[in-house]
Amino acid sequence: MTEFLQQLINGLAFGSILALIALGYTMVYGILRFINFAHGDVFMIGAFAGYYLTPRVAAFLPTPSIWSALVVMAGSMAICAALGILIERFAYRPLRQSPKLAALITSIGISLFLEYGGQNVFGAAPKPFPKLIPQYSVGAGGLSVTSNQIIVLAVTVALLVILRFIVLKTKTGMAMRALSFNPEGAALMGVNINVIISFTFGLGSALAAAAGILFAVLYPAVDPLMGIMPGLKAFCAAVLGGIGNLPGAALGGLIIGTVETFVAAYISSTYRNAIAFAVLILILLIKPSGLLGKKDIEKV
Amino acid sequence: MNGIKKYLRRAKSFSLSAIERAGNSPKITLLATVLACLVVSLFEKHIQTYWLYVSYDIGVNIILAVSLNLINGYTGQFSLGHAGFMAVGAYTAAVITNQFSSFSPVLAAVVFPLALVAGGLLAAVAGLIVGIPTLRLRGDYLAILTLGFGEIIVVVLQNMDAVGGARGYQVFHGWTNLFWAFGIAAVAIYMIVALVHSTYGRGFIVVQDDEIAAAAVGINPVKYKVTAFVIGAFFAGIAGGLYAHSKQYLAPDGFGYMKSIEIVVMVILGGMSNTPGVVLAAILLTLLPEGLRSLQDVERVPGIATEYPLSWIGNTRMIIYSLLLVVLMLTRPQGLFTIKK
Repeated sequence: MTEFLQQLINGLAFGSILALIALGYTMVYGILRFINFAHGDVFMIGAFAGYYLTPRVAAFLPTPSIWSALVVMAGSMAICAALGILIERFAYRPLRQSPKLAALITSIGISLFLEYGGQNVFGAAPKPFPKLIPQYSVGAGGLSVTSNQIIVLAVTVALLVILRFIVLKTKTGMAMRALSFNPEGAALMGVNINVIISFTFGLGSALAAAAGILFAVLYPAVDPLMGIMPGLKAFCAAVLGGIGNLPGAALGGLIIGTVETFVAAYISSTYRNAIAFAVLILILLIKPSGLLGKKDIEKV
Repeated sequence: MNGIKKYLRRAKSFSLSAIERAGNSPKITLLATVLACLVVSLFEKHIQTYWLYVSYDIGVNIILAVSLNLINGYTGQFSLGHAGFMAVGAYTAAVITNQFSSFSPVLAAVVFPLALVAGGLLAAVAGLIVGIPTLRLRGDYLAILTLGFGEIIVVVLQNMDAVGGARGYQVFHGWTNLFWAFGIAAVAIYMIVALVHSTYGRGFIVVQDDEIAAAAVGINPVKYKVTAFVIGAFFAGIAGGLYAHSKQYLAPDGFGYMKSIEIVVMVILGGMSNTPGVVLAAILLTLLPEGLRSLQDVERVPGIATEYPLSWIGNTRMIIYSLLLVVLMLTRPQGLFTIKK
């Protein structure tokens, strides 16, 4: 039972990181109906931003501490939000009227660019991530929870609450929902589509950056290709929950993270990377539009 | 002046009529191409090894791109797991030929094609398994599902100790040559084009255009979609076999999502359901990284006196490749070789 609870906590921590990445996929999909393959690499850039910001922040703030961690995370989120907006402006916006596949290939190009560019600029070898937050270990009855895991869960919950507030309670959020419901209609009602799309990319990329920092805190190493696998798994999570659906993405991330951790612990750790896909395929075969997705009615 | 113009006109009409004649008798053209491949492959020893292997890559990539074009282009599905089928074919063919240690080239000529076909058939079975979910899924859901299947195949191969697992698998025989690589590429092009242009094959295009209309006129979209997956996977498996016997070493990681993406890029850059364009794109995208790599050794630009090494191009070739991809898509979203409708 202790083992079970232990793995559950590990799984939830990993799953919440996937959930944060998956939200970015699902938001962009909900609005532009295309898969942004570069999202996993924005996550990687977020982690690297943290890697380079930490020593600079340490110059004027005691590190490791909560405050320096907050400053680093905010800085990294701002950098990635800017990056996401830039990518959308220069790579995706010119293709908005083109077939969706053209935008998809462009996003793959951007993804390769960030990966290979990262290898050239940061170096291909993994780097140890500096200690950002003081780490404690809480043990009770054989159960050991690190403060990092609790922080990951807490930050994720906080970000989800903020996101929910933005999407449901603010005017911008209402515009986002209108846009995903009907782009032409939203434009006719005075929604500035370009601004809202930029905002969505910024928001999604900031969440990916936060996920990158949390990931690096939990598994303290960064390398330029670290975004590929979490990116694919998060994409699975987004589809699993029903792509375009925000609670679905969070739920999908938690499910995939937990199931993967359990399989790695109890069955075989070498099959770890196949689990996300296997879960996804099983669920899609039973419920083709994802767990919380709406069924598209095909009109003639 | 007039004479030159007349000559040019005549040359143009001659070359056009040659293409037309090739189009009118595709079987003879196919036969001639395969024979030409056979003749050229007899002189393989005189070609630089490096370019020989690049040519094998071109043949393999043509087969992969043309077969994916049947699924993604003509039938309008979106598969992101083509490298998985390739892996199935590669490992199957390699396991079969590795059973034979050494024997006469005549026997090799019999075993090798049989091993390739066996790899193709097993890949086709995988294609059938992947194709069945197309009953219920479409668009992005199908894309992620095929991607998932591809990744699962990689993980399964990594865990199969019989074929070396994650350490990779040694292939004993380097039997791929120009004849097999380009002969099979020619056959694949011929068969897929002939299939799509046959009365039966028009169904693929109808399914791509409008599934509901297709179903309404009595064409079963599911049957066509699954058929496309099976045939596409078959050729991908054969390409995998050729790949295995040219590289002589197989690593499961090499068949992951990146390889599938590479093939998808060829199809989209060539222009969906435009077979000549896809073939050209496959050749171009194989040569591009190699060409950039060869700039690595250039010490000075011809015509410029001061030394200006171009090695930075070689070192950043993948960055250049990815940027070119973005620029090409931004300037020609309909594909490089497609005339805008």
